[in-house]
Amino acid sequence: MFKQRYLPLWITTSLLMVLFLIGSMQFDGFASSRVVMNLFSDNAFLMITAIGMTLVIISGGIDLSVGAVIALSGVATSVLITQYQWHPLAAFALILPAGTLFGALMGTIIYSYRLQPFIVTLAGMFLARGLATTLSEQSLEIDHPFYDFVADFGFELPGAAWLDLSTLIFASVFLLAILLMHYSRLGNNIYALGGNEHSAQLMGVPVKRTTITIYAASSFLATLAGIVFTFYTFSGYALAAVGVELDAIAAVVIGGTLLTGGRGFVAGTILGVLLMGVIQTYISFDGSLSSWWTKIVIGLLLFFFIVLQKGLNGKPAKTITSH
Amino acid sequence: MQPVLELKHISKRYPGVKALENVDFRIFAGEVHALLGENGAGKSTLVKVMTGAESKTAGEIIIDNVAHEFATPIAAQKMGISTVYQEVNLLPNLSVAHNLFLGHEPKRYGLIDHKAMTTQAEQLLSRFKLDIDVNADLAKYSVAVQQLVAIARGVAMSAQVLVLDEPTASLDAEEVQTLFAVMEQLRSQGVAIVFITHFLDQVYQISDRITVLRNGKQVGEYLTAELPQTKLVEAMLGKELQQLTARRSNPDDKHMAGDDENAVTFSNVSAKGSIQEFDLEVPKGQAIGLAGLLGSGRTEVCNALFGIDTLSSGSISLGGKVLQLSQPSDAIHAGIALCPEDRKTDGIIAPLSIRENIILALQAKLGWWRYLSKTKQQTLADFYIDKLQIATPDADKPIGQLSGGNQQKVILARWLAVEPTLLALDEPTRGIDIGAHAEILALIKSLCDEGMSLLVTSSELEELVAFANKVVVLRDRKKVTELKGQQLTSQHVMQAIAEG
Ligand SMILES: Nc1ncnc2c1ncn2[C@@H]1O[C@H](COP(=O)(O)OP(=O)(O)OP(=O)(O)O)[C@@H](O)[C@H]1O
Ligand SMILES: [Mg+2]
Repeated sequence: MFKQRYLPLWITTSLLMVLFLIGSMQFDGFASSRVVMNLFSDNAFLMITAIGMTLVIISGGIDLSVGAVIALSGVATSVLITQYQWHPLAAFALILPAGTLFGALMGTIIYSYRLQPFIVTLAGMFLARGLATTLSEQSLEIDHPFYDFVADFGFELPGAAWLDLSTLIFASVFLLAILLMHYSRLGNNIYALGGNEHSAQLMGVPVKRTTITIYAASSFLATLAGIVFTFYTFSGYALAAVGVELDAIAAVVIGGTLLTGGRGFVAGTILGVLLMGVIQTYISFDGSLSSWWTKIVIGLLLFFFIVLQKGLNGKPAKTITSH
Repeated sequence: MQPVLELKHISKRYPGVKALENVDFRIFAGEVHALLGENGAGKSTLVKVMTGAESKTAGEIIIDNVAHEFATPIAAQKMGISTVYQEVNLLPNLSVAHNLFLGHEPKRYGLIDHKAMTTQAEQLLSRFKLDIDVNADLAKYSVAVQQLVAIARGVAMSAQVLVLDEPTASLDAEEVQTLFAVMEQLRSQGVAIVFITHFLDQVYQISDRITVLRNGKQVGEYLTAELPQTKLVEAMLGKELQQLTARRSNPDDKHMAGDDENAVTFSNVSAKGSIQEFDLEVPKGQAIGLAGLLGSGRTEVCNALFGIDTLSSGSISLGGKVLQLSQPSDAIHAGIALCPEDRKTDGIIAPLSIRENIILALQAKLGWWRYLSKTKQQTLADFYIDKLQIATPDADKPIGQLSGGNQQKVILARWLAVEPTLLALDEPTRGIDIGAHAEILALIKSLCDEGMSLLVTSSELEELVAFANKVVVLRDRKKVTELKGQQLTSQHVMQAIAEG
């Protein structure tokens, strides 16, 4: 019974290994610590976002606003730094709480008016994207000593690999998320909400507070991802990160989390992002394949995992009795 | 002595329904207080009001001379009131241990201590003689185990008051005794226990005090020792109980097996992991009882018949024709119906009306293109509402708003409406009050007289021997014996269950 809970996780891990092996046999330099570290630093912002998405989906909801929040966060950061001459750290100190508040607001609306998270976060998505465009239609370049420092910051790893700040930020978020989901009451409450909101309420789960916290956390992480994204692009652009919410959802599903809520693992989501990243790397190593193949393969994977979930859940549990 | 909890002049109104009207209720420390009444009398509503799950329309909740308002179940929990609600199913996606300790997880250095949680969960469940893997998902376990886990959770958290809304509905006799042992222990520690049930023998075994509700009003409060059963029933029903008329008409086999074209025959049927090879004959117009402990294979026989479990050997035939049952709709088309055990997950569609819930199976059998007219639907619904005494103002009420027992009646009506050749009833009278009980037994009898065959699973042996022509006893997923004629007494059945 244990095994069944972890089955999707094992499948994702095996797929990841197999693909990595194929890549390493086919191409020189594929199996290097450099490629691996690049997987992390290129996808750090997506991983951070997808961790938030995992919490939301486990609780039985969805957050479509994260892509737009990433863009808004990036644009707001660049505007504050370039137009108002704020120090980046001061800008982050304003933007992170503001982003969190945005999520808390969506959570409050979802809970208070018993609205579909789908609709509320869709509205949030338009709102954030619109705000970002109002702030600046052009892409704003960030040129600040702090950003140069960030770019140079990091640790040399064997094999000409580089552990950069984005990866470190991701790693801390990941550790915190694991603690939250598996070692805190809030984590249990999130799983409980995804199981059955009514039962959870009767069992004493503070449904309102938990719902608000979940969406606040998701927006906080998306805002943070937006900042990490600027480390990568040195700019803020209102039309950046379009469709990232869908990539995040895909990673969550490929990582074995149930779209209907109640089951899943943060670690699975990371495996999901890595798997998607390895596919991308493989295609860029190959050179002859169009990058659209990434999407096609991810699409197929999604189908596979959704059918797998159905199979795992469709089994009637009621025929199994104990004694 | 002062009550630990006192409710005064409580009223609760739902749109169009006065669920409670001016009800008084009090509980004392170290007492088991039985809260009794027919289906829809307002017992669960009173529980919900007193534990913060529903707001009251009027009245006071008094603890230690202070009036309290419970806005949420957490507020009541903080005052030492823990509750096992009638409809609560816990959380199937969480492990047993997590279900037990949700909101009260043991911690170490501020983090949840999984090891401690596992040991504490095992300890807690050992009080209920449950030896299961507490780290497995709750969904893996049977209804009875889930019920015990829910009770164990309530017990673990109970400080002053423990409220149990029909905790014994899905337990077998042995488990009930285990529960009572735990309740007695708590009682001697001074915990006040509110106990709701429809089993009167349990009331007399465990309770000290009784409050009876009828139609949302309090009829009275009595000491159990001073209230004879006939008086209790009178208080609940507002009239004397009509004697059970559901004696089987003719204990001898009216129909000879073999010459009966409508007999359902199981030959050599087995299903992997659920039931071992067995033979069974259900002749036309007869009621066959299935007895055995929970987990003995009773539900599994029904599942095999209804195409839920795939057979690994043998065949099921109807009137000599072998049936291919790979899914429930095959069974329905063959004229077989199953009224499932667990109505919470398998039965009701909460937002739909009573009428829609009743016609559901019939409509599915007819095919969706042969739409039942509204008047036809209404006639059917009204017929069963009357026949099964479903307490509701009209057939358009969403089934989710009915009391637990009345929901069960609607599910029963759904399958009766199909008028199947063979109806399998898995615990049909669970959670149903004694008045309606007699009606349902009478209905079963008249159905048999009209030529329908029945396969009935029940933990209530008295009931089973009262209407069954033959009782099949199962044990450890094997058929052990068949009892009929003179041998068909509850003693014999009990013996067979125990000894095999
Ligand atoms: N949410 C609701 N909306 C409308 N009416 C309701 C609601 N909940 C309960 N009722 C009504 O209140 C009355 C009392 O129901 P309650 O569940 O308290 O009965 P009960 O005594 O627990 O019965 P049972 O023995 O069947 O569990 C019923 O008539 C029921 O239809
Ligand atoms: Mg009830």
